[in-house]
Amino acid sequence: MTRVLELDGITKRFGATLANDDISLHLERGEIVALLGENGAGKTTLMSILFGHYTADAGTVRVHGQTLPPGKSRAAIKAGVGMVHQHFALAGNLTVLENVMTGTEPLWRLRSDRAAARDRLAKLADRFGLPVDPDARIADLSVGECQRVEILKALYNEASVLILDEPTAVLTTQQAEQLFATLRDMAAKGLSIIFISHKLNEVMAASDRVVVLRGGRIVAERATRDTSKEELAELMVGHKVERPKRPPARPGAVLLEADDLHLSGRGGAPLNGVSFRLRAGETLGIIGVSGNGQTTLAGLVSGLYPPDQGALRIKGASLPRHDVPHAIAAGIGRIPEDRHAEGVLGDMETWENVILERLWSPDYARHGIIRRGAARAATERLLKDYDVRGARVNSRVRLLSGGNMQKLILGRVLEAGPSILIAAQPSRGLDEGAIAGVHRRLIEARDRGAGVLLISEDLDEVIALSDRIRAIAGGRLSPAIPAARANAQLLGLMMAGDWDAARKIEQEAEAADAL
Amino acid sequence: MNVIVDILASVGMWEAMFRIATPFILGTLGVLLCERVGVLNLGIEGIMTFGAMIGWLTVYSGGDLWAGLAAAAVFGAMFGLLHALMTVPLGLSQHVTGLGITLFASSFSYYVFRLAIPTSTSPPTIEPFRPVAIPGLSEIPFLGPVLFNQTAPTYLAILLVALIAWVLYRTPLGLAIRMTGENPHAVDAQGIDPILLRIGTIMAGSALMGLGGAFLTLAAFNSFFPTMVQGRGWICIALVVFALWRPGRALLGALLFAFFDAFQLRLQTAVDGVPYQIFLMLPYILSILALVLMARKARVPQALMQPYRRGER
Amino acid sequence: MRFERRENASAALTILAPVGAILAALVIAGVLIAIAGANVLEAYGLILQGAFGSRLGVTETLTRATPLILTGLAAAVAFRAKLWNIGGEGQFYMGALAVTAFGLVPGLAGAPAPVVILACLVVGALAGATLLLVPAALKLRFGVDEVVTTLLLNFVTVLFVSLMIEGALRDPLAFGWPQSVPVPDAAVLPQLIERSRLHAGLLIALGLAVAVWWVQSRTVFGMQARATGLNARAAAFAGVPLGRTLALVACLSGGLAGLAGAIEVMGVKGYVTTDLSPNYGYSGIVIAMLANLNPIGVIGAALFSAVMFVGADSMSRALGIPSYIADVTVALSLLTMLVALFLTQYRVRR
Repeated sequence: MTRVLELDGITKRFGATLANDDISLHLERGEIVALLGENGAGKTTLMSILFGHYTADAGTVRVHGQTLPPGKSRAAIKAGVGMVHQHFALAGNLTVLENVMTGTEPLWRLRSDRAAARDRLAKLADRFGLPVDPDARIADLSVGECQRVEILKALYNEASVLILDEPTAVLTTQQAEQLFATLRDMAAKGLSIIFISHKLNEVMAASDRVVVLRGGRIVAERATRDTSKEELAELMVGHKVERPKRPPARPGAVLLEADDLHLSGRGGAPLNGVSFRLRAGETLGIIGVSGNGQTTLAGLVSGLYPPDQGALRIKGASLPRHDVPHAIAAGIGRIPEDRHAEGVLGDMETWENVILERLWSPDYARHGIIRRGAARAATERLLKDYDVRGARVNSRVRLLSGGNMQKLILGRVLEAGPSILIAAQPSRGLDEGAIAGVHRRLIEARDRGAGVLLISEDLDEVIALSDRIRAIAGGRLSPAIPAARANAQLLGLMMAGDWDAARKIEQEAEAADAL
Repeated sequence: MNVIVDILASVGMWEAMFRIATPFILGTLGVLLCERVGVLNLGIEGIMTFGAMIGWLTVYSGGDLWAGLAAAAVFGAMFGLLHALMTVPLGLSQHVTGLGITLFASSFSYYVFRLAIPTSTSPPTIEPFRPVAIPGLSEIPFLGPVLFNQTAPTYLAILLVALIAWVLYRTPLGLAIRMTGENPHAVDAQGIDPILLRIGTIMAGSALMGLGGAFLTLAAFNSFFPTMVQGRGWICIALVVFALWRPGRALLGALLFAFFDAFQLRLQTAVDGVPYQIFLMLPYILSILALVLMARKARVPQALMQPYRRGER
Repeated sequence: MRFERRENASAALTILAPVGAILAALVIAGVLIAIAGANVLEAYGLILQGAFGSRLGVTETLTRATPLILTGLAAAVAFRAKLWNIGGEGQFYMGALAVTAFGLVPGLAGAPAPVVILACLVVGALAGATLLLVPAALKLRFGVDEVVTTLLLNFVTVLFVSLMIEGALRDPLAFGWPQSVPVPDAAVLPQLIERSRLHAGLLIALGLAVAVWWVQSRTVFGMQARATGLNARAAAFAGVPLGRTLALVACLSGGLAGLAGAIEVMGVKGYVTTDLSPNYGYSGIVIAMLANLNPIGVIGAALFSAVMFVGADSMSRALGIPSYIADVTVALSLLTMLVALFLTQYRVRR
């Protein structure tokens, strides 16, 4: 075996937090290593140091035996390290070829050699089975194609070590499987690969060796064949975290009814005819790969924009006006998909964040003047009841951890006692402990009799929380299957738009209900 | 009707169009470079003012006309550096910083001008650039005197359009610049420092703005007076949107704009009864219309006004 | 070198920022004065003396600060909601012009002075607000950047003023000078101090600064406007009507700038010319930033600018340093303030 990469004693501090604490790691030729850890475990920091985006406070990086100068991505690229970022580092307005070529020629050359570059790209695409149209504009490509371009970009730079940061975050189960097959093939051709992940399934399926990171340290290293999902889960979290169990549902009356909703041009990918019913005391899970209209659906149901066509009925009636205040007043509680961008205003104070969406209510404002006393008192109560740590009534919420920010949002929403709860990606970016807390709250709300619409891209979460599951694909909803019948394979098919099996299960379930 | 035909048929009108267009061409190219690399530069109005002043002052105190242009470009680049340092590594508001640069550069030029020329009833003058007839070509009827009997800076401006188009679309540097304006993370991931690239490009763009200002005092007129830039910088910002951030279209936009300006100047003297202010308003109103027209079509550089910090998204 | 966001920007630093910024601007301007061959300390001494050294100086400074407070508030209100209103200059002129035009309304002469004054103020504010509603509407309807449109409208407005004072609103008794008809006598703001130009407009400006502060921090509209400026997407998610909020902000901001023009013409000049404003609109932007967009802080920032402008005039006469040094210093203080604010939010690490 040849050692292609060695990290030795990497330490990195940001202010008071130790992001990487004396981390040593190595990679052999043709090997696939998974770097497993929760959000905030230090995975991305470590890879950014390897790639020269950050300078380590201590430690060295050696590629093929050569020590890399710290903080120089160019040196890392030259040594053969290629990075595929989680958020693609691509320019939407430029072509595939232009994206691949950037930075590959001496900057001051008077003319770039496009013909040669096009040739080389075609050869690489052919060799590794990654077909692309070099003249396509990135903005016109699908997510999977963009990822292909990212990988090609690294290969074009003659990478021998490929680092992928959460590569499956945006892919369906089937697309992910295909990606890992490609990676296997590339490893067989001599490439060495590190992929970062927090998903146990894919770590078990695709890696040769697993390195587990927690709190900035390496806590374990295992050959994949010698370990199990359960062991890795415990190593990653550090202690056993039990996600709450879901007691059986007792569905009641229909609370929310969507009838052939169409919407395009606002909120993201279009909706092309979405219908569903949500009953009291049940959770309807909507699973889907991002970019299939779930953001639009969440926004529409949250009152942000009315449908172009179709109707949304709450307890049998349409909203008098389709806007946020009327939606909230009708009993809809909303947990937005992006906490930082939509859920809170980081530079506003806690109490302001609590009441901003209820300014129309006489509880918090009268004659256009804010009732600061009432708002503060309510906030004080909420911080205690929902155990929001690190927040004071008058402090800015920007500094809260993701978990506490989500507790604040949950508190704000649940305190109003909504009969319908729209939870979009409620546990995205949270650690295990916080996820368990969020799940508990959602199950409580359901048991209290609320209808919960859970929109998520996380298979485990949807299976764990939902009573019925639909997939969203291309702006349409699949038939609903009971959660008991769900598995990764079936949901993967549903997310990809293949609904034959789901339709059959739905009919069976309906027939069973009718008995 | 006859009046309009007369104006359109006159060599003077078309020749003036190129002259009027020159500062707009230079300024628009400058803004275009800055925005292509992802930074709005509202410093342009002040940088043009300073360029006009320092170019004139250099020549007035005995310098060559070309030395005047060079001085304007160098000082333009210096103001660009200031703008770049504040907006790129520090990531300060590009709107407010740009306005600050404009206020500072204009008041600073008036200060320097007053120091150099303490009292003046009529502003002192210099000997400006004269039209250079290109042998042979300038003999062509009509087109000759229009196109090939311009001052040297006008030729320079048109050459610069071609040069910048080449750099942006044909060289690795240009690709990196465009990429930085779209996604600086991608540039950084390829081992090029987007911060240095932004700083350098803004300096180059600002040098062009300085040249545009200097044209006013070194070729279009022969003296400097406060407020002489008259919003030309702001018009350049609008022209870049109209040009969809493309150098060729920027030239076209500047010429179209100059056409209307040259036309209204002549119409003003030919038509009685319409107050001159109406004509003077036209350029500004046209610019606003151009913005409205293009606002939806524009393919804005995606990272425009997004400060870049490593590790932050 | 790297910049690291401070976890908690301390209140003391935030208050110190403008002080540091002004000192830094004075130091840089001092270099420019020294280059011009004058004694820097003497020059600054003369500026202070000019602004505060006499009864006339003090009243002039306060007179000068009055429109600056209002244009500063106009910018602060708009910027808080991230509506980049750079058109304060134009709105100022519109407000002033509207008052003189309104003065021609027959029957106004008979009305009692307080009614006339109030009506004139409303008219001035409405004119300013209307002018800003145009770019605000273009922004909301077509997505046109309001920075450039408000800037361009400044030039259009000044030309319009010129058109009016040479045409419909020309004062026939001005011996051919292009100036507007005077405001009616009943509309002239009362003097605050005898034998000075200081007028009741100062009290209006101070009152409005407090009122704006109250609106921003205590009302639903104020909170919604702030939310819109901080994060429009999150504000929309919380149900803030973005369009209506921005339109209201535009009315308030344009109205304040229009009012500045109205008050200047009713309190000081009495008629409109095209040099009524020595860049009051643009200075308002600097003042708003120096005040860190705080309405009460605007008063202090406006005073600083007024001191510089009034003081530099008399210093200039004594030392021969161009009075443009005041504009240079004020513009510099905007740039230094930006850096100072940055330093309150980030710390520099190697």
